[in-house]
Amino acid sequence: MPVKGRVIRVAGPVVEASGMAQAVMHEMVEVGNDRLIGEIIRLDGEQATIQVYQNTSGLKLDEPVLGTGSPLSVELAPGIVGNVFDGIQRPLEELKILTGAFIKHAAGVTSLSRTKKWTFVPTAKVGAKLVGGDILGTVQETALFEHRVLVPVNVQGKLLKIVPKGDYTIIETIATLEVNGAKVDLPMLQRWPVREPRPHTKRLFATSPLITGQRVIDTFFPVAKGGSASIPGPFGSGKTVTQQQLAKWSDANIIIYVGCGERGNEMVDVLDSFPQLMDPTTGHPLMERTVLVANTSNMPVSAREASIYTGITLAEYFRDMGYAVALMADSTSRWAEALREVSGRLEEMPAEEGFPSYLPSRLAEFYERTGVVETLGSDKRIGSICAIGAVSPPGGDFSEPVTQHTKRFTRVFWALDAELAAARHYPSINWMASYSGYIQDLAEWWHKNVDKNWNSYREEAMRILQTEDDLKNIVKLVGPEALPDKQRLVLETARIIRIAFLQQNALDAIDTYSSPQKQFKMLKIIVDYHRLADNVVSKGAPIFKVTELPITEEIMRMKTAIPNDKVDLLDDLEKRMYESFGMLEATLR
Amino acid sequence: MATKTGSGLEYKGVASISGPIIVVENVQGVGYDELVSVKTQHGETRLGKVIQVTQKAVIVQVFEGTTGLSPSDTRTRFLGHSLEVPVSTEMLGRVMNSFGEPIDGHPRFFTEEKRDVNGYPLNPVAREYPKEFIQTGISAIDGLCSLVRGQKLPVFSGPGLAHNELAAQIVRQAQIRGGGEDFNIVFIAMGLEHDDAAFFQKSFEETGAIKNVAMFLNLADDPPVERIITPRTGLTLAEFLAFDQDRHVLVVMTDMTNYCEALREVSASMEEVPSRKGYPGYMYSDLASLYERAGRIHGKKGSITQMPILTMPNDDITHPIPDLTGYITEGQIVLSRSLEKQSIYPPIYISTSLSRLMKDGIGKDSTREDHANVASQLYSAYAQYNSVKSLVTIIGEEGLGQRDKEYLRFGEAFEKTLINQGKNENRTIEQTLSIAWDALSLLPDEELTSIKPEYIKKYYPKFASEVK
Ligand SMILES: Nc1ncnc2c1ncn2[C@@H]1O[C@H](COP(=O)(O)OP(=O)(O)O)[C@@H](O)[C@H]1O
Ligand SMILES: [Mg+2]
Repeated sequence: MPVKGRVIRVAGPVVEASGMAQAVMHEMVEVGNDRLIGEIIRLDGEQATIQVYQNTSGLKLDEPVLGTGSPLSVELAPGIVGNVFDGIQRPLEELKILTGAFIKHAAGVTSLSRTKKWTFVPTAKVGAKLVGGDILGTVQETALFEHRVLVPVNVQGKLLKIVPKGDYTIIETIATLEVNGAKVDLPMLQRWPVREPRPHTKRLFATSPLITGQRVIDTFFPVAKGGSASIPGPFGSGKTVTQQQLAKWSDANIIIYVGCGERGNEMVDVLDSFPQLMDPTTGHPLMERTVLVANTSNMPVSAREASIYTGITLAEYFRDMGYAVALMADSTSRWAEALREVSGRLEEMPAEEGFPSYLPSRLAEFYERTGVVETLGSDKRIGSICAIGAVSPPGGDFSEPVTQHTKRFTRVFWALDAELAAARHYPSINWMASYSGYIQDLAEWWHKNVDKNWNSYREEAMRILQTEDDLKNIVKLVGPEALPDKQRLVLETARIIRIAFLQQNALDAIDTYSSPQKQFKMLKIIVDYHRLADNVVSKGAPIFKVTELPITEEIMRMKTAIPNDKVDLLDDLEKRMYESFGMLEATLR
Repeated sequence: MATKTGSGLEYKGVASISGPIIVVENVQGVGYDELVSVKTQHGETRLGKVIQVTQKAVIVQVFEGTTGLSPSDTRTRFLGHSLEVPVSTEMLGRVMNSFGEPIDGHPRFFTEEKRDVNGYPLNPVAREYPKEFIQTGISAIDGLCSLVRGQKLPVFSGPGLAHNELAAQIVRQAQIRGGGEDFNIVFIAMGLEHDDAAFFQKSFEETGAIKNVAMFLNLADDPPVERIITPRTGLTLAEFLAFDQDRHVLVVMTDMTNYCEALREVSASMEEVPSRKGYPGYMYSDLASLYERAGRIHGKKGSITQMPILTMPNDDITHPIPDLTGYITEGQIVLSRSLEKQSIYPPIYISTSLSRLMKDGIGKDSTREDHANVASQLYSAYAQYNSVKSLVTIIGEEGLGQRDKEYLRFGEAFEKTLINQGKNENRTIEQTLSIAWDALSLLPDEELTSIKPEYIKKYYPKFASEVK
């Protein structure tokens, strides 16, 4: 018998109800005559405090509150990929059909279609002993994505029956297991509570990079498949563009993009562009491997808080199939603010800047759900979740709590910088303030797959940038002309690294993505340029002789001039560079 | 002690009054967010809304403030619905108060509808991405922070800077290239000085635009709490005009700083835990509920373009008001005191200014093929100019290298010829781009690495004249 209580207080999204003695913490409830969706966030005797995920305008005292007997959960089955959901997994296209362009109240919408049929191909054999996580069969959900239908987590037993290949809805039985002597019918549809991490067999080390095609990231501050990264920055510094670039170009199997309390038009941008953009390896639209969770800033605040959990739970479900998942959350600050707002209405003791004292533990729990794992199931699949959280610090001040705590729980820190953004140096990732904790773990991949000198070249380039940074203070006092030529050369090379390598225009058809090969060749050209130039300058060549070499301008333009499928042209460029310096050196003798 | 009157129950007496908040006890059947009519002992009626219901009491926020209310004689009536305001095409050419009531002495509208002042959240999948370039005739905007139909692009100003002139000039000049209908203007004043309101009214009258302008006025001496309603009333009309009447609407909202201060005042009187500088923690969401009402909808002809204006306290862009605004809007136009001091009008500082929707609104089909490249080159060259300029103050111009000297010349020309223009000067985008190329020609062509070689050949003055 589900609980039935009544409303005794309404304060925005926070509602209190009495008569709730039988309810359990985090139970999903239906509030009021309109049956608004809510979640119990505090229980005190027979009184429950409920966070309501829909607008509570018009809600009155004494209206009913009904328990559902289960915690706030997501639906898991074919139909997720390519879809757009709100923070509590309501399908936004369906809502549009029901209530028009503006979101109004609509009851009885299910997350996934109950009528759509999917072609299920059984792979498990009757008679087999199956455990949670074993694959029953597959559904080619989109051209880019094979959905693996798994035995639910806590179920195990002998497979008595499985349907033949054919078209089924997600609620039709596709397999029957004998579990402890009882027959259990399994449909494709499963549920999982969003606040509870899905289990796995064991954690593994992250050893392969998430290739993003963004040079400053892949080459200087890489993130691993199964890793975690934070991207803090003031407004306009490039958080969203960077996140969208990663969603477009990362070599993950599935992308979960969570728009949490940000702009509606940014969601439209993804929805318009992803179906047009083709996956470079398969030639299918990127939307076919993407899931959008969109709880924009004008949608209810409390659902913003849920959206992050909805996103990560979907990610775990795909991880458990044995895929590499990348999740982008833009912006985790809006999630933290939603926590703060609800906490304020609960009259909890505020800690730093009004945020509740449990903010750090919530952040930690979220990033803890990333990683590379061996999944449940007897075939020991490997799956991973990489999470990249944007952080929007008030006034761009990184000392605020969300930035600081996120920094503690993520291993990569891409610090966006207002000054770089103002100079239109994009991505405005500050190379002095950023770091990656994965370089050593990923170097082997680069050395094996791209070039054995990867790390030494990137370190050399970093040293040049570091020296420029040291020289900057002197330059401010005496001007660059007063420096010795060798130091001026460092400034020149650093300028080339900044403009020709670090800056990357997301809007340029060629520059938007650089393959690992292209990235390395470009880096090598610039670092070799520096060595060659240093040699001729040591031998007495004036610095302007170097900068006015036509090859310099060519290097400055190589990122947009040479596409990924013609990286051989970079080898030619490198050859001509050696020749140019050779000729210059010859004139010195 | 309740007596039934009209649509709801009327209650006499309130338990307590504090700031704009009154507490009414022993009330039944009241819904959250419900509209409340509050009658003073002198029979004057004010409006409020329910912001909390508990078993003991109902908490009401009174929009026009509680000055003059007495605990024993105040009567409250709960109206059973949330605040609704009139919308009508007849509001164009008229002046209204915060609740949409005409205050210009002319009669009420013949036909009107009532709409919920808060509107409803626009479903992101119903939005259409804004792409149509609006030519404002102002080079700094058209060339470097282009505005498109359906965008929300605020002006970040400071006390005493030329934001009013700029806004009025944009309203006068804004048009879609190659014609197209005029904009309907919804002008929303929050805590505006009488002089400023008169300036706008005069400016609209002079150009004959006034018949297309609906003005919603909450002036400096009107109750601050009412300011929380004014923009919502105006935006409700804007939505009606855009999405029911197929109009293109430009909404000017000024001054958002006064709006946010009213928000802070209400929050403080409710003893809420404040966030930065005393502003409420929900200010981001509250501002989003206004700004996100801009946009376009699939299958609808009309659009809402917003230009909120705010004055940055202490000229500080990190202050919560510009900060939270910038986090929501699709860019910002930042005015600079130092440019103003050099008599540059409009004093737009492009380095911190941004239009996030520019990328799809410009280019071959809408402005010109080289536009994006030119803009990005101007941005980086201007940044270089600014760093050279600060070097000059220490080491003097003599200490500069040749390249830095060229950047200095470029930057000066850029500010004087491109940014600077007349208050009535209406430039086409071609004129803007040609001024831009003249400024860029002060740099050697090898420096222009953001521009494709083919455009350099075609437009860089030295080569362009060779071609001819
Ligand atoms: N990699 C990039 N290439 C080109 N433009 C960029 C890039 N990153 C940012 N931008 C520019 O900066 C603007 C703001 O970026 P955005 O990601 O929206 O900032 P944030 O999310 O930090 O507020 C974009 O509209 C775009 O004009
Ligand atoms: Mg953003």
